[in-house]
Amino acid sequence: MARKRPRLAVWKFSSCDGCQLSLLDCEDDLLAIAERVEIAQFLEASRATAPGPYDLSLVEGSISTPEEIERIKAIRMQSRHLITLGACATAGGIQALRNLREFDQVLASVYAHPDYIDALATATPVSDHVEVDFELRGCPVNKGQLLEVLNAFLNGRPPNVSTYSQCIECKRSGTVCVMVAKGQPCLGPVTQAGCGNVCPACGRGCYGCFGPAEQANTGALSDQLAALGMTERAVRQYYRLFNNNAPAFREESKRHE
Amino acid sequence: MQADGSNPARVIFKEGLQVLLDRLKAAGYQVIGPTVREGAIVYRPIDTVAALPAGIVDEQAPGRYRLGEIRVGEQRPLFAHVVGPDSWKRWLHPPQQLMWRAERKKRGIVFVSASAGGQPPRALLGVRACEIAAMRIQDRVLAEGEWPDAGYRERRKGVFIVAVNCGRAGGSCFCASMGMGPEVTEGFDLALTEQVDAESHRFVVTAGSPSGQRFLDVLPGQPASEEALRRAREQTAKTAAHMGREMPADAGSVLRASLDHPHWEAVAGRCLHCGNCTMVCPTCFCTSMEERTALDGKGTERWRQWDSCFNASFSYLHGGPIRNSGAARYRQWLTHKLAHWEAQFGTAGCSGCGRCVTWCPVGIDITEEVRALGTPQETMRHDGG
Ligand code: SF4
Ligand code: SF4
Ligand code: SF4
Repeated sequence: MARKRPRLAVWKFSSCDGCQLSLLDCEDDLLAIAERVEIAQFLEASRATAPGPYDLSLVEGSISTPEEIERIKAIRMQSRHLITLGACATAGGIQALRNLREFDQVLASVYAHPDYIDALATATPVSDHVEVDFELRGCPVNKGQLLEVLNAFLNGRPPNVSTYSQCIECKRSGTVCVMVAKGQPCLGPVTQAGCGNVCPACGRGCYGCFGPAEQANTGALSDQLAALGMTERAVRQYYRLFNNNAPAFREESKRHE
Repeated sequence: MQADGSNPARVIFKEGLQVLLDRLKAAGYQVIGPTVREGAIVYRPIDTVAALPAGIVDEQAPGRYRLGEIRVGEQRPLFAHVVGPDSWKRWLHPPQQLMWRAERKKRGIVFVSASAGGQPPRALLGVRACEIAAMRIQDRVLAEGEWPDAGYRERRKGVFIVAVNCGRAGGSCFCASMGMGPEVTEGFDLALTEQVDAESHRFVVTAGSPSGQRFLDVLPGQPASEEALRRAREQTAKTAAHMGREMPADAGSVLRASLDHPHWEAVAGRCLHCGNCTMVCPTCFCTSMEERTALDGKGTERWRQWDSCFNASFSYLHGGPIRNSGAARYRQWLTHKLAHWEAQFGTAGCSGCGRCVTWCPVGIDITEEVRALGTPQETMRHDGG
């Protein structure tokens, strides 16, 4: 007897769609997943939608409008498991830069008619609003890690997603350290591994797309960035990229104001 | 010296080195040697002497590594560098390894052990004394204990070692103070001492095993004179006298006596716990296991990968990591290397290669840390570990 397939839903909030694209990018593997689950909702892939409840909801994007607060609560109510995907959903994303400023000024600098805009003063991670079962980092998420999370869900085991530094990935893959061998700044020592070693393997420093590593010692890294010639302003901005609102990066950037 | 008083050592030239590579390949070896990639000298498969870092020298300091050029007259030495971010561990105790797989069959779950075979035996070219010492240290841990690692033993047994006596010590080297170099004295098949002057570029080669001797006997070149051998020894002795740093002689007892020293917190303030030191260390052997299940749930693979005592997750037991602070983890690393390893495996866990000093992004130098810990200060209380 065929078991009933778990029902999967994919949701979008304030985001660029890049993480959903990573899911579409899984191609053959996605077909294998589609055989194991019923895709009830995934607008980026299909117009057809089916009502909840859902066994697993994948959520992309930050919570940036009053409407989104209500929507994420409704989705949570209908989802047995909820996993957030990417820097926007797990830390607020690049749009969380507005959290650091006067919101009215930000609106006025972007929109000709700010009064048409109904948005929150902050862009925040999903976990600030509802309970989240697992947060998958990345800007965008790594395809392999995304498949691993789905695989783990389907097989009822915890996902193999490491929380240690990007440096571990560099060294395992034999990438030469750009900080030591070229004197280039790199956020790798305080960034969680998982991207697949994209930047250091191309000879440039890590931009922190996967957010802070476990117990990141950002202060010690900043001292070294300064020793390599980075100005206070450059150090501050370095932490203010896609994961600027992740607590460890946010607090460190503020130390350089 | 052989029984008849003749000297089996030979002097060869660059062409002779290429002949050696060709003969090793013909004998079925994959040759791994030093070569320049991404601004550093790493150990990768090579076919020709041209792949070696001719005329390249590495300048090393805590947290800093740069390649530069070196010429002696018109000659470009091939082994003027010391050790880089790779160690032979990459080839003997690889970063990732499949241990076994399991399949769900009708009659139950079937386990299939992954064979260590399928890889050619390897000839390692340019192995330094500290690196042989590091292999011996890993041998004790991985091959000679109660539960030997079959894959490691297999790879290690088949290895042919072409060692090099260092003609220069790097800025982070301290093998002499660990008693692990720079002279190659055992555990090799062939040992080269490169001698470069304005007129000639040659290698004094000695054999350290019968198999090494068989290769050596047929290399083009000439028998080495007593004078050539004496000069080779002098050159290595000069290297020993010019080490970049020095480990205090009583490191083990200093560390055993300073478990509550406040300096652990001070160094933890600088340490990124990024794990680079353990990854580049040729003796660090720690790994963790990962199950990779098939999507359909019908099979699984168990993979082993390099891990590090600097990762909080590495000491995670039920409820949390047992070494939950940077200080506890830094102390674990240093005391294991230099004190407790001795009790556990009968040798120090450090060969003095200096990699952890150079490749630490913030330049933490273990020899300096030991010195600081040797300075008595009021004791402190410590969380964790
Ligand atoms: S390049 Fe960056 S991530 Fe890689 S080892 Fe160096 S500091 Fe770490
Ligand atoms: S000692 Fe250096 S290389 Fe080792 S974990 Fe600390 S910062 Fe990283
Ligand atoms: S502890 Fe440092 S110096 Fe000692 S063997 Fe390891 S990397 Fe080399």
